[in-house]
Amino acid sequence: MSDTTALSRGQRWLRALAGEPIGAAPIWHADAPLGDEPARFIAVVPDPTNRFPRARDNVVGLEQGWHLAQAVRAVVEADAHAPRRRPIVAIVDVKSQAYGYREEMLGIHLACAAAVDAYASARLAGHPVVALIVGPAMSGAFLAHGYQANRILALDAPGTMVHAMGKEAAARVTRRCVEALDALGETITPMSYSLTGFAKLGLLDRLIEQVDADAPTQEQITRVHRALADAASSARADAADLSHRLDSDAARATRAASIEVRRRLALQWDAV
Amino acid sequence: MNAASETVAPSFAARESFIELTARERARRLLDAGTFRELLGPFDRLTSPWLPLQGIVCQADDGAIIARGSIDGEPAVVAAIESAFQGGSIGEVSGSKIAGALELALRDCERGRTVRPIIVFETGGVRLQEANLGLAVIAEIQAAIVALRRHVPVVGVIAGMVGCFGGMSLAAALCSRLIMTRQGRLGMNGPEVIEQEAGIEELDASDRRRIWQLIGGEQRVASGLADRLVDDDADAIAAAVREAFSAGVPPVHRSEAVGRYLSLLSRIDPDTATPESMRSVFGDRTANSKECE
Repeated sequence: MSDTTALSRGQRWLRALAGEPIGAAPIWHADAPLGDEPARFIAVVPDPTNRFPRARDNVVGLEQGWHLAQAVRAVVEADAHAPRRRPIVAIVDVKSQAYGYREEMLGIHLACAAAVDAYASARLAGHPVVALIVGPAMSGAFLAHGYQANRILALDAPGTMVHAMGKEAAARVTRRCVEALDALGETITPMSYSLTGFAKLGLLDRLIEQVDADAPTQEQITRVHRALADAASSARADAADLSHRLDSDAARATRAASIEVRRRLALQWDAV
Repeated sequence: MNAASETVAPSFAARESFIELTARERARRLLDAGTFRELLGPFDRLTSPWLPLQGIVCQADDGAIIARGSIDGEPAVVAAIESAFQGGSIGEVSGSKIAGALELALRDCERGRTVRPIIVFETGGVRLQEANLGLAVIAEIQAAIVALRRHVPVVGVIAGMVGCFGGMSLAAALCSRLIMTRQGRLGMNGPEVIEQEAGIEELDASDRRRIWQLIGGEQRVASGLADRLVDDDADAIAAAVREAFSAGVPPVHRSEAVGRYLSLLSRIDPDTATPESMRSVFGDRTANSKECE
């Protein structure tokens, strides 16, 4: 990871799935076929010379948030009158949001919200939005890039993880060691960092196994491509909201409280 | 500049602090008198399934109050976060209560029956003991706000003293209109988190004055990242909420104004930017309205 000449996972997978990127770091995007239709692929990539020093890694900072929104909205506008809205694939390899004084001053919360807004609006407009987790999908960065998707897929590979807080920081805040944190994730599912734990929450549509996330073979890339195309067509046939996330055996088991809250709220909504 | 820091003049009658109210009382004060009706109240006993597993005592409402009622006679729903329970952190149940309420308001709006939604933010973000589910429900809250605000303004209130941080700061930024007090703070990463992640030379979390200048309500309103600065007065905040609904759905939501904010950011020099200098760039409303059209 310390080798600065190596491609990040986001860069590698964007190239593998969609070819040469358009646009400069920190946001790469490319238009390429997915199944039998055109699609837009978007990744957040390291930007070693970014003018905001706290946002040079593959993190979501001010420019990342607004440029993500721009890359998504360009497709929504282009397809505004098209009979069929093209899929948007978010390739997720984001370590965190950018933590910095300037970031707060200049409204990083709004920049990230702009990305959330763009992805959610694309989904509501009928674009199948698919997130592919190829590295870390952390906290506010995942909210901005991936968590508004109709479908979430992940590679079952070392280094892919989803969580609300980085492991080291969470260990400091909760005064536990990293090992204890891992052990906790075994018993308390939402505390888990692993994708299998995430899948138990009903939030993961597919865990793609036997893929080398750092050096995929052509066969593996083809398999991931096919999984993305399947996810896009399944999303197209389904509701444009996120209700799908509560509609699985895993969700019914692990997110029973989320479902029960909604059931009882609906019963009490109108006064009798 | 004065328009941006407009406040409601205190009346001669003793004013009632909004900040000191519980979430339940805040919701009651925002709705028309006598119309407050709580949904999923303490007697429903819907509590966090995850806290007891970690030896933490639950609260019967999980720290989120959902109330129906009316605002200026129109059907309304308030989701108010209780900072006294786990710092207002968002867990599976408290977050699902907020998301579920917004989803039902959306359903009604789609059926032609408008419901006015208000969110009273007082939260540090995800409840760490429910980590991934906290994050998931925040994504669901955000999705509901984006869908709902096409029909009706979604109004956010950040009164303080906890403020609004983490993933919920994104939810606040998605609101159609944001009302803040001087005691409210809005930021993605709390000062302690920045100090821990980036070092004390980046931000000294104990430097309170610097932090208020950075993320306090006055600065956020003056720079256009929030809409109304109101005194800590329950009547004044309720009046500001009513006005926010009367104004209708904004033609362009802040989080949609991509071109405008990219252009503002390009005018900022990261090496020299200060809260004062960014205020003059971001708070320039004449430039804003031109670029919005």
